[in-house]
Amino acid sequence: MSTANWFEIGKLTDIPRRGARCVDTPIGRIAIFRTATDEVYAIEDRCPHQGGPLSQGIVHGAHVTCPLHNWVFSLESGLAQGADEGAVRTFALKRDGERILMDTTTMLAAAE
Amino acid sequence: MTEKLVVIGAGMASGRMLEHLFETDPNAFEVTLFGAEPRGNYNRIMLSPVLAGEKSYEEIVTHDADWYAAAQVNCRFGETVTKIDRKAKTVSSAKGEMAYDKLVIATGSAPFIIPIAGRDLPGVMAFRDLDDVDTMVATAQKPGAKAVVIGGGLLGLEAAAALRLRGMEVVVLHLMGHLMERQLDPAAGYLLQKELEGRGIKIHCKAQTKAVLGDERAEAVLLEDGTIYPADIVVMAVGIRPETRIATDAGLHVERGIIVNDQMVTSDPDILAIGECVEHENICYGLVAPLYDMAKVAARTLVKKDAAFRPVETATQLKVTGVSLYSAGDFAEAEDREEIVLRDASAGVYKRLVLKDNRILGAVLYGETADGSWFFDMLKKGTDVSEMRDTLIFGQAYQGGGQLDPMAAVAALPDDAEICGCNGVCKGKIVGTIQEKGLTSLDDVRAHTKASASCGSCTGLVEQLMTLTLGDSYNPAAVQPMCGCTDLGHDDVRRLIKAKGLKTIPAVMQELEWKTSCGCAKCRPALNYYLVADWPDEYADDYQSRFINERVHANIQKDGTYSVVPRMWGGVTSSKELRAIADVVDKFDIPTVKVTGGQRIDMLGIRKEDLPAVWSELGKAGFVSGHAYAKGLRTVKTCVGSDWCRFGTQDSTGLGVRIEKFMWGSWTPAKVKMAVSGCPRNCAEATCKDVGVVCVDSGYEIHFAGAAGLDIKGTEVLGLVKSEDEALEVIVALVQMYREQARYLERIYKWARRIGYDEVRRQILDDKGKRKAYYDRFVFSQKFAQVDPWSERVSGKDKHEFKPMATLSLEAAE
Repeated sequence: MSTANWFEIGKLTDIPRRGARCVDTPIGRIAIFRTATDEVYAIEDRCPHQGGPLSQGIVHGAHVTCPLHNWVFSLESGLAQGADEGAVRTFALKRDGERILMDTTTMLAAAE
Repeated sequence: MTEKLVVIGAGMASGRMLEHLFETDPNAFEVTLFGAEPRGNYNRIMLSPVLAGEKSYEEIVTHDADWYAAAQVNCRFGETVTKIDRKAKTVSSAKGEMAYDKLVIATGSAPFIIPIAGRDLPGVMAFRDLDDVDTMVATAQKPGAKAVVIGGGLLGLEAAAALRLRGMEVVVLHLMGHLMERQLDPAAGYLLQKELEGRGIKIHCKAQTKAVLGDERAEAVLLEDGTIYPADIVVMAVGIRPETRIATDAGLHVERGIIVNDQMVTSDPDILAIGECVEHENICYGLVAPLYDMAKVAARTLVKKDAAFRPVETATQLKVTGVSLYSAGDFAEAEDREEIVLRDASAGVYKRLVLKDNRILGAVLYGETADGSWFFDMLKKGTDVSEMRDTLIFGQAYQGGGQLDPMAAVAALPDDAEICGCNGVCKGKIVGTIQEKGLTSLDDVRAHTKASASCGSCTGLVEQLMTLTLGDSYNPAAVQPMCGCTDLGHDDVRRLIKAKGLKTIPAVMQELEWKTSCGCAKCRPALNYYLVADWPDEYADDYQSRFINERVHANIQKDGTYSVVPRMWGGVTSSKELRAIADVVDKFDIPTVKVTGGQRIDMLGIRKEDLPAVWSELGKAGFVSGHAYAKGLRTVKTCVGSDWCRFGTQDSTGLGVRIEKFMWGSWTPAKVKMAVSGCPRNCAEATCKDVGVVCVDSGYEIHFAGAAGLDIKGTEVLGLVKSEDEALEVIVALVQMYREQARYLERIYKWARRIGYDEVRRQILDDKGKRKAYYDRFVFSQKFAQVDPWSERVSGKDKHEFKPMATLSLEAAE
């Protein structure tokens, strides 16, 4: 079990409430979400259905609706909701005051 | 020999600690108490009532001179400790040194002063101690005195309410989108704002303070957006930071606060620290309950008894007379959490519980807070609430009873609330007529009151009024709810937004008793449209409630790239425009260029990051957004008309360009496509459009409600008008009627079929007064809508949309 490697990716205020920003990484785009109540989540920016950029969807509660065909995903578990089946990868984030840090070990593991 | 205990800071934490210490062992220490304020300990939490004039200073003193004398405390008030010498075990003040065996640091916190120009001017102050209160009270004596409070958190709002009670004109500036965002969700923040505004306090959210203005003293506050608020005093209540300077100088371990262990001992075993100046397990506390726990632990540690401080859940209450507000725990949403929401619009009540595994994690209560401590108690104990889940939200007294009333929103409407917009019929008239005439059917009500007799969009509300008046004997037709967040249908929501004057999404959700705290991807875009359409001058468009295409003003494609369509008025272009498009295509290596069905040029496959640069280039050639992505006016397609065509009867191109220049930028329930043909040969295919014009020798035949997509349907003829001016007025009025009445995502042909083509003709063609009123309302809303979104974004608006937040390389990540 390797230890977490926290890397600062930005500030909370960089992301609008109920919105998202992207982080480009060697394994592709990761979408960073901020909810109405300031929780942050990171998931793969790619809908398993037809590759839609989830970062561009409408954020409601801790869910996002894909902009292409309205699949809804849980930001926490990455699982598709309702009748749709599928999942996106999630990445660990932590907040230190205004700073948002991402655990890059999961990312590196995925890159190998 | 008695040990010497020195305490730095005579605030609430150290006061409580001394009480515990003397209870346990009054003779254990010879105590010296330093305090920077020239007075003993008082209940700082109660400063707000003192400021409001509801309590006197004497009433909030917790330890008076007699108490200190009886306890034999050597009081050194008004004397600041400047240095701790840990080696010599002494502290120094202006009056000399004093030795200690044990030292307790309880320096509390200092208000955070925002680093802006003018912050040092006289009149700029914090709200921290009695001296601040005295200064504010003195200023408030002046007739017409004005206060600006920066910070819409707990402290700022208490100050604002108190100053208002003192008769001052008060403005609250708050950086975030809603008040008390740390303790409240947007729904409760809305209710609080409404209450405070009702007291005459102006609330300005999303306010970026730029500077305090004034020569000799503070005279006004300037915001980044240029707004200026005059001020005799400026109260900064944006937050506090632990007061740690003396500990840092002494070389103790200090992070955000002075680091202590569970026994409240610092990195020096002879020095303890308690209160707002400490940090325990990464947390600094600012509320009184945990500080009292620390005081108890520190007192026991001093007399060598076991005790440990553990992190505690905290609850918050706002001390503004007449406002009931309670918040506790963690109320953020997450996957494995559930929420229970209760809204009572008529009583102004909002309650929200956040549960996980049948245990309460957080609670926000507004308007009715009596059950706050009951919920908080279960939260702290981790009580399993599965047994009482269904009735939990109603509170302790209602266990086993209570049902939500789906008709509460309509029942709560005042008698003069307008139900039927077409015929101007209010609630009182409908209820009165039902009772007077003994009406029992919808048709009867329509015949006698005219309510719901025109466009029919208020039918749901009229039926609810009938149920309220007639009881269970009336069975209304089922209404399709907007989404899972509400039982109300689109028409009911639209009517209630107008009738109740609801002007924000949180206002709609509260007053119409939404079942979720922040809506869903179905209702939020609809509500955002309704508010934009109904309150063009007052409502601030919520971009996070718009679909991606409208948020970034381009069309998302299947691979995540975008397409861009510049506006080509009436489908007419020029060599200069075509050259500019060609240059943009080359410069950005745009893979596909396509002519659209609406006579425009579409550039496909543009990366999101390139959008602002593409728009900037297009803008230089005079292009604006073609709104090819909008639920709004898309295109007006034209033929060349009498300018060139040997059959043309009128200037169809000119009219098309004129309509498009008049109506671009307006938001509509669904997309609107138009066309103008110069003769009945109809080369512009105007008879399958949302609105079409077919020019004839005698004038302009106006068509509407066509479709050529999922459904195919020829248009209906609205009527013939003689002049171009009249044609424009009729078209604009028709679209405005549609904007005001249709359901979100409902195209014109579906809306018109639902309410009846004759009704549209009656209101737009026959009733000239109504037509003019629709026209005027459209013109008014265009004042706020006709801003080119592309040039706005080229100049920097919503920059965050187009750039990644960060880029990680493998090397950086390792």
